[in-house]
Amino acid sequence: MESISSPQGDLILDEEPEGGPTFLDRLFDHGLLIRTGVDGLYGRSGAFESVVEALDRLISRLGAADDAEVMRFPPGMSRPAFERSGYLKGFPNLAGTIHSFCGDGAGHAEILACVEEGRDWTGQQEATDVVLTPAACYPLYPVAAARGALPAEGRLFDLQSYCFRREPSLEPTRMQLFRMREYVRMGSPEQVLAFRESWLERGTAMMRDLGLPVAIDAANDPFFGRAGRMLANNQRAQGLKFELNVPVNSVEKPTACLSFNYHQDHFGSTWELRQADGGVAHTACVGFGLERITLALLKHHGLDLAAWPDSVRTALWG
Amino acid sequence: MNISQDIREILGSNEAFAGKSDQLSDDASLFDMGLDSFGSVQLMLALEERFNIEFPDELLNRKSFSSIRAISEAVSTLVRQEAA
Repeated sequence: MESISSPQGDLILDEEPEGGPTFLDRLFDHGLLIRTGVDGLYGRSGAFESVVEALDRLISRLGAADDAEVMRFPPGMSRPAFERSGYLKGFPNLAGTIHSFCGDGAGHAEILACVEEGRDWTGQQEATDVVLTPAACYPLYPVAAARGALPAEGRLFDLQSYCFRREPSLEPTRMQLFRMREYVRMGSPEQVLAFRESWLERGTAMMRDLGLPVAIDAANDPFFGRAGRMLANNQRAQGLKFELNVPVNSVEKPTACLSFNYHQDHFGSTWELRQADGGVAHTACVGFGLERITLALLKHHGLDLAAWPDSVRTALWG
Repeated sequence: MNISQDIREILGSNEAFAGKSDQLSDDASLFDMGLDSFGSVQLMLALEERFNIEFPDELLNRKSFSSIRAISEAVSTLVRQEAA
């Protein structure tokens, strides 16, 4: 698909003045984000959260007629399920595993001594059976597959979770822990592609109503290494992923705020998820980066929420 | 070196082609017959090891691995370049 720009797509982004505070600095200075000392790991202010929550409700309203089944998982998932999901094939560098101390009393004394002396204390940490959730839909597939074959109309789920990706960055839009809202459709190829098409339209309309300049572009996931180059090329060639981009950090490298993904039978095969007729289920999802959309709004409408255009405030808060 | 025979042998280790790689025609679409994205990556890595070659970025796509003939042509070119 060619890039489709909105009528506002030629809006000029205010570039940061050379040597002046960055967008991230200004977010800290206004108290919207809170420093933790780790790039990509931030606290959020009440004002920031009020936007995230309004977006979450807006997305619920847009999808309400579809009657999706709501599920919420904590931001950790079963390690065996994570391993089976295939995430490590494509993104070993982004994964976050949870390790805990598994030593004895002597080991405890040893780690305290290590901390005291500034030496590595992590030698006795062992992998637990919990992995940080990399995308909101990952805990869903084994749960859905355990229910047996899909009904003839397929299924639709509504998810939201903090997600982790190990990619420290000074771009505020690339956080290591962030919230992803998702709708996930399971069924026949026709059913899931129709779902994706409908959200391409709804998502674009939503962002335009929020006064944001958008473009829809073919995209690929950030697969790791040389093998990943081939996976990325294949994904683009098959039109499996589109992103709705908004300039936030720069016009040249806009930020993906929504993504529309057709997984074909990848998760269906992985989890032995069947359609009603016994065929392998296909899946698709639409993902909303809640912090990213919030940051796009702050960038384009300013850091003072009260001064945002009335149409935007109405879309968010009624 | 019989490149297409070697390719058939490597394909035989893929679940989708186990026991039937010898009957594949040179032009059969491997993706239509069940080769998936990860399978094509595994195939690429196995070919690199077998022929001691490295696929350049411009060949890392579905077209290069779409049939035994396409793979043979790519591998032959890369083997000649390695030998030159």
